[in-house]
Amino acid sequence: MAVEQTRAQAPARAGEQPTHAGEQSRIHNIGYRNYDGPRLGRAYARRSLYSQSLRGAYGLGRSAKSKVLPMLLFAVMCVPAAIMVAVAVATQANDLPIKYTDYAIIMQAVIGLYVASQAPQSVSRDLRFKTVPLYFSRPIETADYVRAKFAALTSALFILTTVPLIVLYVGALLAKLDFTDQTKGFGQGLVSVALLSLLFAGIGLVISAVTPRRGFGIAAVIAVLTISYGAVSAVQAIADVQNSGDAVPWLGLFSPITLIDGVQTAFLGATSNFPGGHGPSSGQGVVHLLVVLALIAGCYGLLMRRYRKAGL
Amino acid sequence: MTTATSGSPNVEFVTVIATESLSKRFPRVTALDRLSVDIGPGVTGLVGANGAGKSTLIKILLGLSPATEGRAEVLGLDVASKGGDIRERVGYMPEHDCLPPDVSATEFVVHMARMSGLPPTAARERTADTLRHVGLYEERYRPIGGYSTGMKQRVKLAQALVHDPQLVFLDEPTNGLDPVGRDEMLGLIRRIHTDFGISVLVTSHLLGELERTCDHVVVVDGGKLLRSSSTRDFTQSTATLAIEVTDTDEHPDGTGALRKALHARGMTVSDGSGLPGAGHILLLTAQGEETYDLVRDVVADLGLGLVRMEQRRHQIAEVFKDSDEQANAQGSQHARKEAVGHGG
Repeated sequence: MAVEQTRAQAPARAGEQPTHAGEQSRIHNIGYRNYDGPRLGRAYARRSLYSQSLRGAYGLGRSAKSKVLPMLLFAVMCVPAAIMVAVAVATQANDLPIKYTDYAIIMQAVIGLYVASQAPQSVSRDLRFKTVPLYFSRPIETADYVRAKFAALTSALFILTTVPLIVLYVGALLAKLDFTDQTKGFGQGLVSVALLSLLFAGIGLVISAVTPRRGFGIAAVIAVLTISYGAVSAVQAIADVQNSGDAVPWLGLFSPITLIDGVQTAFLGATSNFPGGHGPSSGQGVVHLLVVLALIAGCYGLLMRRYRKAGL
Repeated sequence: MTTATSGSPNVEFVTVIATESLSKRFPRVTALDRLSVDIGPGVTGLVGANGAGKSTLIKILLGLSPATEGRAEVLGLDVASKGGDIRERVGYMPEHDCLPPDVSATEFVVHMARMSGLPPTAARERTADTLRHVGLYEERYRPIGGYSTGMKQRVKLAQALVHDPQLVFLDEPTNGLDPVGRDEMLGLIRRIHTDFGISVLVTSHLLGELERTCDHVVVVDGGKLLRSSSTRDFTQSTATLAIEVTDTDEHPDGTGALRKALHARGMTVSDGSGLPGAGHILLLTAQGEETYDLVRDVVADLGLGLVRMEQRRHQIAEVFKDSDEQANAQGSQHARKEAVGHGG
C-alpha cells in the first residue's frame, strides 16, 4: 500500500517539473526533489535487512560467483533424499531407509560447511568494510540488526535442512506409506531441524562476528563444528568400549550436533546415533534441551554485546 | 535555546542543533567539556584538531552514545529519548571507509535507503536521483571496489542524502581528496544547503576549507567550545580595504599623497608590501561604513582617480593565528578564551 502511495505521488511531482525543464539546458539537471512519501521506520528496516540477508545466504542479489557454493551445498543436501525416495518407491518398501530425524545428523558435514561459508559472509563483511556504523546511524538499533541477521541465517539453515525432509515426505506419500506415521515423523523432523538451525546459526554468527576476516571465520566455524563432533564421538566410542556406557549421553553435551541428537532421541522419537546406541534418558534429555536453549540464548547475548561495542 | 516542539511538523526550526553544557567523559579522557552551542539552519563547520571531540559530538547527536552530563536537541528532538526519530531525519557520512567493494553503488545506496525506511520503489527512485546529484552517472552500476577515492566519497555522501534528511552530519568529507576533488566536494556541500535545502554540519581540521563553504563555524578544542560565530563575522571584524588611485599632475605620487592625507585623518595605512601591486596599493583596516565614506571624500578632495577600493577577505586561519598570539602573550587558559571571545 505504501508503495502505491509513492507511485501516486511520483507523477504529481513530475508534473511540476515542466515549468523548470524549459529553462534547463541540460537534460540531466532536473533539480533536487524532496521526498515526502512514507517512511516506514524500524520494523520495516529490520524486515528489509532480514530478507536481504536471507537472499544473500543463497547468493541471490550477489555476484554469480557467490551463488555457486550455497546452491551446490543445497543440491548436495537434496540429492540423497531424492535417491532414498526413488529407492523406496521402486522397491515398494514398507518404510523409508532412514528416519526424518536422522537425515540432518547424517548430512551434518554439509550443514557445517554451509554455516562456515555463509555466517561469515553475513556478518564479517559489514564489520570488515565498516558498514555497521551506517546501519546504526539509521532508525534500526543493535537488537534489530542482530535479530535480522540471526533470523536470516536460521531461516536459511531451516530451508537447507527442511527441503530434503519435504522431498522424503512427499516421496513417502507417493510410495503410499502410512500417512499418520509419516506425518508424525516429518513433524518431529521439522522440530529437530528448527532447533538445529537456531543452534548452528547462533554458533556460526558469534564466531564470525568476532573476526572481520572472512577466512578466519570460515576456518573457526568448521573447527568448532567438526572438531568438537570428532572429539566427542571419539571419547564416546572409547567410553562405550570400556563399558562406561552411562557416560556416553553426558559426553554428548559437548558438541552441537550430539546435543541435537540427544534432544531428539529423548523427545522426538529418534534413534540415537551415539556409539552403542546409548541414547539419553528423559532426565538427560532435559539437560540436553536446556543446554541447547542456553547456547542459543547465550549466542544472542554475545552478539548483542559484540554489536553494542562495534557501534560507530 | 529555542523551544520548538516535536509535535508540530510545520514549525520552522530556528535552531537545528542545541547543546547545553554537554559533557562526555571516558575513564581516561574528557571528550566533551560543558559544551553549549546553538546551531541554526545552513552550513555549519565544526572545526577542531584530531581528538578535539568532533566525532564524539556527532555520536551523541545521533543518539548513539549517552552524554555524561547536560543535554542536546537535534531538530527539536531530545537526543537521549528520541534517538530513533532523529536518525530517521538525519543523514550521516562517516570519516572512515564504509563501502563494501563487491556491490555496485546503486545496489548499496538502495539498500541503505531501505534501511532508512523508504519503500522499495521510492528507494530505487531516490537512489537514482541522489547518485546523479552527487555526480555519479554510468559508473554507478559497477562494483564500488573499482572507484577512485573521490567517487567513493560521493557514494558515501549519497547514502547520507538518499532518504532526504533535514540535516546531514559530514565527518571529514574532504579527507584523502586531491585539491580538485576537495573543491568539488566543498561545492557539493554548499549545494546540499542551497539547492537541496538540507542543513549541514561538516567537520574538518582545516579552517581554510570551511571559510568558503560554511555560513557558521564552531571551533572546539579539547572538548571545549573555543568560538561559535558566522563566517561573515570572522572576516568582517578584520576587513581590510585595498585602495589604488591614479597619479595626477598635481600629485605625481598619488598613492603617497593619499597615504599622507589619510594619516592626517588618523587612519593607519600600510603599503601592502609583499602583495602583488605593492607600492601602488594602500591597505587600511575598515572600521565600518564611515571608513568607505572617508576614503571616498579624501580621494575626491585630492582630485585623484579611484582605480579600486575592495575588501580583502582574511582567511579564518589568520583570525585564529592572531587570537593564538594574543593568547600566548597573555598566558593563561582563561585569558585565551577571552581573547578569542573578543573576535566575535
